[in-house]
Amino acid sequence: MSNTAPSHAPTITRLPLAERLKPWLPVLLVPVLILLGFLAIPATSSWLTLTVSGLAMGMMIFVIASGMTLVFGLMDVINFGHGAFISFGAFVGTSVLLALGAMTGAPSLLLNLLAVAGAVLAAMVVTGGMGWAFERVIVRPVYGSHLKQILVTMGGLIVAEQLIYVIWGGHEIVIARPETLKGAFTFAGAALEKYRVLAVAVGLAVFLALRLVLRRTKLGLIVRAGVENPEMVQAMGYNITRVFVGVFVAGSALAGLGGVMWALYQEVITAPMGNEIMILVFIVVIIGGLGSVEGCFIGALTVGLVQNYAAFLEPKLALISNIALMVAILMWRPMGMVPVVKAKG
Amino acid sequence: MMRLLSGDAPRSRVLALLLALILLALAFAPFLFPGSRSLETAARICVVIVLVASYDLLLGYGGIVSFAHTMFFGMGAYGVAIAADRMGPGYDALALGALAGLIAAGIVALLVALLSLRVRAIFFAMITLAIASAVAVLVSQLSAYTGGEDGMNLRIPRELTPAFRMGEVFGLRITGKILNYYLVFTGCLALFLVMLRIVNSPFGRVMLAIRENAFRAEAIGYRVVVYRAVATCLSAMIAALAGSLFAIWLRYVGPSTTLGMELMMDILLIVVIGGMGTMYGAVVGTAIFVLAQNYLKELMGGLSEATSALPLIPDLLSPDRWLLWLGVLFILSVYFFPTGIVGRLRGTR
Repeated sequence: MSNTAPSHAPTITRLPLAERLKPWLPVLLVPVLILLGFLAIPATSSWLTLTVSGLAMGMMIFVIASGMTLVFGLMDVINFGHGAFISFGAFVGTSVLLALGAMTGAPSLLLNLLAVAGAVLAAMVVTGGMGWAFERVIVRPVYGSHLKQILVTMGGLIVAEQLIYVIWGGHEIVIARPETLKGAFTFAGAALEKYRVLAVAVGLAVFLALRLVLRRTKLGLIVRAGVENPEMVQAMGYNITRVFVGVFVAGSALAGLGGVMWALYQEVITAPMGNEIMILVFIVVIIGGLGSVEGCFIGALTVGLVQNYAAFLEPKLALISNIALMVAILMWRPMGMVPVVKAKG
Repeated sequence: MMRLLSGDAPRSRVLALLLALILLALAFAPFLFPGSRSLETAARICVVIVLVASYDLLLGYGGIVSFAHTMFFGMGAYGVAIAADRMGPGYDALALGALAGLIAAGIVALLVALLSLRVRAIFFAMITLAIASAVAVLVSQLSAYTGGEDGMNLRIPRELTPAFRMGEVFGLRITGKILNYYLVFTGCLALFLVMLRIVNSPFGRVMLAIRENAFRAEAIGYRVVVYRAVATCLSAMIAALAGSLFAIWLRYVGPSTTLGMELMMDILLIVVIGGMGTMYGAVVGTAIFVLAQNYLKELMGGLSEATSALPLIPDLLSPDRWLLWLGVLFILSVYFFPTGIVGRLRGTR
C-alpha cells in the first residue's frame, strides 16, 4: 500500500474568452475605433492623415487632462480653473517663441527644437508657479465642498482670463510654427504634418513618464495609495497635503505644456481658448473615469479620433459626436472606462 | 401679502425696503424713467431676475451647479422666434412657441439630469458645460432654422410694438412698447411668486435637506435623484419661459444674447453675490449688478485716467476689466459671505 496521495487533477475551468477580455475592453476601444475609421473612410491616405491628427489632438488633450484627473483622484478637488493654465501656458510660450524669432526662423531643426523647448520650459515654470498660488489662495480654503470648489475655481478662471487681457491685450496673437516643423511629409501616399507627429511623440513620452513615475517610484506609490485612501496614507506618516500640492503644481505645469502644444497646433491664441479646450477635457475626464490616468489616456485618444473622423465624414456633427460618445460610454460604464477604486464612499 | 410671498418674509428691514424700492421702480419704470434706453434696462432687469432666481432654485436650493442654464433660456427664446417666423405675427404663434420651448427645455433637462445625476452630482456641472457649448455651436451652424450667428428678428402682434398708440396717461404717451413692458413685468412677477411658492413648499424643504446632506435625506426615505431631477426640470422650464418673454421684448434672438457663456457667468456671479438659496438674492443681486455694470465702469474709467502715469495700474483699472474685480469680489464672497448680500442683511452666515 503506497502512501501516495490519490491522483487528483483539478481542472480549473478557464473563463470564456469574452469574460477574460472584459477588463481589456477599454484598451481595445482605440484600435477598434481606428479600424472602424478605416472601414468608414474610403481613401486610405486620408484615413492615415485623419488618424495621425486625431492621435495628435488626443495626446494634447491627455497632457492637459492628466493633471486634472489626478488632482481629483487624490484630494477630491475639482478644478474648473484648469483652463486658465492652458491659456497662460499658451501666452507665455508664444511670447517666448516670438522673442526667439531668430531661432524659430532659422532652417535648423536643432535651433528650432531648442526654441520650442525654451518656450515649453518657460510656460511650465509660469503655470506651475501659478498652480502653486492657485492651490494656496483659491483651492485650499474650500477642501471638502464640491459646490464651493466649482464656484471658486470658476471665479479664479474669470480673474485669470482677465489678467491675460491686462498683460497681453485683448486681441488674438498669431504664432507661426518654427521653420523645420512647418509642412508635411508623405508616408504611404498620405500627407502627415510634421508637427502632429511631434505632438504624438511628446504626448506618448508624457504618458510613459507618468506611468513610470506612478508605477515604479515610491512617490508614485504614495500618490496611487492616496487616490485610493488618503487618510490611511496620512496615518502611515506621509504628508498627503504636500504630495497633493506637488501633484497640483505638476498638473498645472502639464496644462501649460499642453497650452504651448495647442498654440503651435492652431497657430493662433486667444484668452478664452483654455476654457474652450476644457470642454473636451471634461468629456475626456468623465469617460475615462475621474482620477484614472490610464482611463484619461484612452479617453483622450478616443475623443481626438472621433472628433477627427466625424469632422471628415459629417462636418457639422464634430462637437455633437463627442457628446454622443460621452453619453454612450456613460450608459455602458457609468463610472467611466477605468473606474477608480475608492476605499471610502 | 404674506400669502402672496408664500410666507417667506424678507426678515430684515433693510432688505424689505430694498425689495419694495426695486418693485416700485420696476412697476412704474415707464413713468419714473422715461426714455427707451431706461425702459430697455428695466425690462432686462425683470427678465434677468427671473433667470437668476430659477438658477438659484437649482444652485441655492438643490446644491447643483449647472452651466446649461442659458441653453434652456435660449430654448424658450428660440421657440418663440421660430414659431413667429413660421406662423406669422400672432398671439397663437407666441403662445405655441413659448409652450414648445417650455416642453423642449423640460425634456432635455430631464435627460441631462438622468444621465448625470444618476452617477454623481459633480458630473452634472461638467456635462452641462459640454452640452451647452455643443448646443451653442449647433445653433450657430443650423442657420436655416435659427438664423445662425446673425440670429433672427421677430415679428410680433402690432399691439406690442412702438408703432401702436393708445392715448396718454400722466402725460406719458402709451405705446405698444409700454404694453409690451407690462407684459414682461407681470410675467416675470408671476414667475417669481411661483418660484417663491415652490421653495417654501414641502418640496422646497426636502431640497434644502438634500443640499445640506444628501446621504441623510436618502436615509430618511426621500429619493434624492428624483428630487434633484424634478428641481432641474422646474428650473429649466422657468428659464425657458423667461427666455420667451425676453425674445418677445427684444423682438430679436441671437446666440450671444441668449446662449453665450458671458451670460452664464453673469448669472453665476449674481446668484452668489446676491445670496444663494434666498430667492430675494436674485432681485437684489440683479439690481446691484446692473447698476454696477453702468456706474462701476465709469468709476474705473475715472480711476484709470487718474493713475495713467503709473505702469500697469491703469490697465488693471480700465473699464473693460471690470469683470476682473467682479471675479475677485465673487471669490471673496464665496469664502466670507456664502449667503451673499441677503444673508448679510438678515444677519445670518
